[in-house]
Amino acid sequence: MSEQRTHRAPSLVLESVSVTYGEQVAIRDASLQVQPGELMALVGPSGCGKSSLLGSINRMSDGVSGCRVGGRIWLEGEDVRQRHDLTVLRRQVGMVFQQPNPFPLSIIDNLLFPLAEHRVPRGQRRARAEQALRDVGLWEEVKERLSQPALGLSGGQQQRLCIARALVLEPQVLLLDEPCSALDPVSSRVVEALIRSLKGRYTILMVTHNLAQARRLADSVTVCWLEGQCGCVVESNGCEQVFENPAHPITAAYCAGEAG
Amino acid sequence: MADRVAWLAGWVLLALVMVPVALMVTALWQQSADVLSVGFLLEDPGRAGRSGGIAALLISTGWILALCLLVAVPVGLGCALYLSESLPADSRRAQWLGGVLDMLAAVPSIVYGLFGYQFFAITLGLGFSILSGALALSLMVLPLMIRSAEQAMRAVPMGYRQARDALALSRWGWVRRILLPCAAPGIAVGIILSAGRALAETAVLLFTAGYVLRRPDSLFDSGRTLSVHIYDLAMNVPGGMPRAAATAVVLVALLVLLNLLVRRVLRQPMTEALV
Amino acid sequence: MITTSSLPLSDRLLGLALRLCGLLAALVLGGIVVVLLVRALPFLINEGAGIWQSTWQPGQGEYGMAPMIAGSLFVSVLALVLAAPVAVLLAAWLRYFAPRLRRPVLAGVELMAGIPSVVYGLWGMLVLVPWINQWVPPGASWLAGSLVLALMIVPLALLVTDAALGQLPLRYQRAGEALALSRVGMLRRVLLPRAAPGIVGGVVLQFGRALGETMAVLMVCGNVVQWPDSVFAPVRTLTANIALEMAYATGDHRVALFVSGLLLIAVTGLLLMASWRLRGVSHG
Repeated sequence: MSEQRTHRAPSLVLESVSVTYGEQVAIRDASLQVQPGELMALVGPSGCGKSSLLGSINRMSDGVSGCRVGGRIWLEGEDVRQRHDLTVLRRQVGMVFQQPNPFPLSIIDNLLFPLAEHRVPRGQRRARAEQALRDVGLWEEVKERLSQPALGLSGGQQQRLCIARALVLEPQVLLLDEPCSALDPVSSRVVEALIRSLKGRYTILMVTHNLAQARRLADSVTVCWLEGQCGCVVESNGCEQVFENPAHPITAAYCAGEAG
Repeated sequence: MADRVAWLAGWVLLALVMVPVALMVTALWQQSADVLSVGFLLEDPGRAGRSGGIAALLISTGWILALCLLVAVPVGLGCALYLSESLPADSRRAQWLGGVLDMLAAVPSIVYGLFGYQFFAITLGLGFSILSGALALSLMVLPLMIRSAEQAMRAVPMGYRQARDALALSRWGWVRRILLPCAAPGIAVGIILSAGRALAETAVLLFTAGYVLRRPDSLFDSGRTLSVHIYDLAMNVPGGMPRAAATAVVLVALLVLLNLLVRRVLRQPMTEALV
Repeated sequence: MITTSSLPLSDRLLGLALRLCGLLAALVLGGIVVVLLVRALPFLINEGAGIWQSTWQPGQGEYGMAPMIAGSLFVSVLALVLAAPVAVLLAAWLRYFAPRLRRPVLAGVELMAGIPSVVYGLWGMLVLVPWINQWVPPGASWLAGSLVLALMIVPLALLVTDAALGQLPLRYQRAGEALALSRVGMLRRVLLPRAAPGIVGGVVLQFGRALGETMAVLMVCGNVVQWPDSVFAPVRTLTANIALEMAYATGDHRVALFVSGLLLIAVTGLLLMASWRLRGVSHG
């Protein structure tokens, strides 16, 4: 099972991507490469366009009026920006947000609803929902109360449910936008462990403020910085490289906590 | 020192506003005391309204109200959905549409009556009927319905919309399973507010629903509402005052009930919706 | 929202239905103006100037609306003069001097705002007019109309002012408290001036509503078409005129009433736009 998953995890390459909202450039000329099955951490101070970058990959930014994305984004060799069918794209690329946002439905409906929307055959839905809940370690905790409101779960559980909701569509890539920053330390650890378990099966790009977390989880790191009003990529390398042997002075300063 | 004076002055102002209202309520109550009874609600009016009760009027009012809401609620919901889902919040079209709705809300009700008379009664040939009245009334109530529903829909948390986009959910699925259930309380308030507004209206109905005092046989029949009855008894019928006052008491009681219903649904004052 | 070519049929139907609904609102406004205008245009071209005369004798082809325009204006202006200061000051008082009373009073005021105008008019006929009659006959007069209208304006003006004051940043009040400034002083110098655009905008809106009010003024103003020589003189407003005469008006008479309806739309529309400007609402 996991062998098949590793085969499916694609490579993710960003080439000179820029995101502009109207006149304001959020981030420019961002390039990075995530190897199949790897987790890359996207770090840097607030405001340097990391979330915008993430949104350009699953084309969430398409919905924002006045937003223009430049550059190329390759998913296993295919240019994402040329795709016509966003539904399939967003099935392949799942996203989890900083603030847990389960729907105001029951726990099980949070998973069944997207499955129904994506026309997954009825017979398979329950099984996939259960598998997703097992993957995030929630199954034992909620199996007795699947029809209770999802909003009744704790913050950490809600976030794990949101991850399950993304996983239930069987994506290949996961985009995580500071998934732990709204959680308490205990829940944060649990979600971190979950993310670690997902490595290998999925290609993951994770935005985080927490450098220690990046060190713990990431295979590779991209450091972003603010130049004037807009963000840019400063360094992108393997995890140890970036932390032990930074090539760029800003990286060194940021990682030492002296800047940002 | 100035604060002391202001403190006292405020009480005077409060009295200035509350006392007339209290006087009004007592005056109406007194005028209607002999006439108000359960029988009043169940009997039909007689002798041009000088005797009997308001049963026929309650029926007409009910029909007109029901029809009005039947038209105004779906159209209002549709327009609100259009505003909140299909149009970005600060686009020119959204602003323009908001302006049009505000304009509609500001048009005097007598003008709606004129339009209703010319368009529904004459051009569409509906004459003085419950149908004419209900349609004209629904136009009047539409801006209020739309604004309440739109507010409720926009209040749905951003997080749900983000999740919806990330999961590529269809618009219909989103509306059906998340947006409408979430916005339901606010929409219900909009419906109740619209009903209250419709009940209070008189000028619109004078030339559309007409004046007829008996129970309507069909939707094409003319019918008189409670508010029109109050007007007619007060202005045109000598000796009609007690029953006018009694009808007023019934009408105000209905409106108070609706107001309480809104509070129950919302559990907080709804000042924003009124202004 | 997603823009893909493979949108399900239900979504496309929904999108269409929604767009139609949006269009409907615009159509209604346009429709009202057009329907009235179409009837009124020939009349306006031929006898338009006549409406500014002072003689309203439809039987003889005289359509001078000036006294009724004056009636509408006078009644509304006096009502505003009476109601606005009370409403604004009371709202300020409730917020800064008696906050514990604010919730219940606002609740009561909301109820007041919902009371139908016929009921206010009824009370006017029952109590107010006879009372004025005791001082200066006939009682049904400009003053009666303004008093009843004022009572109707106060609730909404109060709510608008309360909302405008509620939008002021808290730091103004805090700064005043920290400096131990008197609340009256704070109101006069800082809070009310700051909230003024919102308040005035709301009050202008209420003025528009007052001009458009029909039933209450119809019931207590006396309905004589004349220039009032004192507040105790009976007057007829434009709105009351339509309500009274529409039933039996024919031909040019009826069209003249349409013209007065258009006049009302025009004036309330202008007042609405002024109100937008004042409140900083952008409606294009």
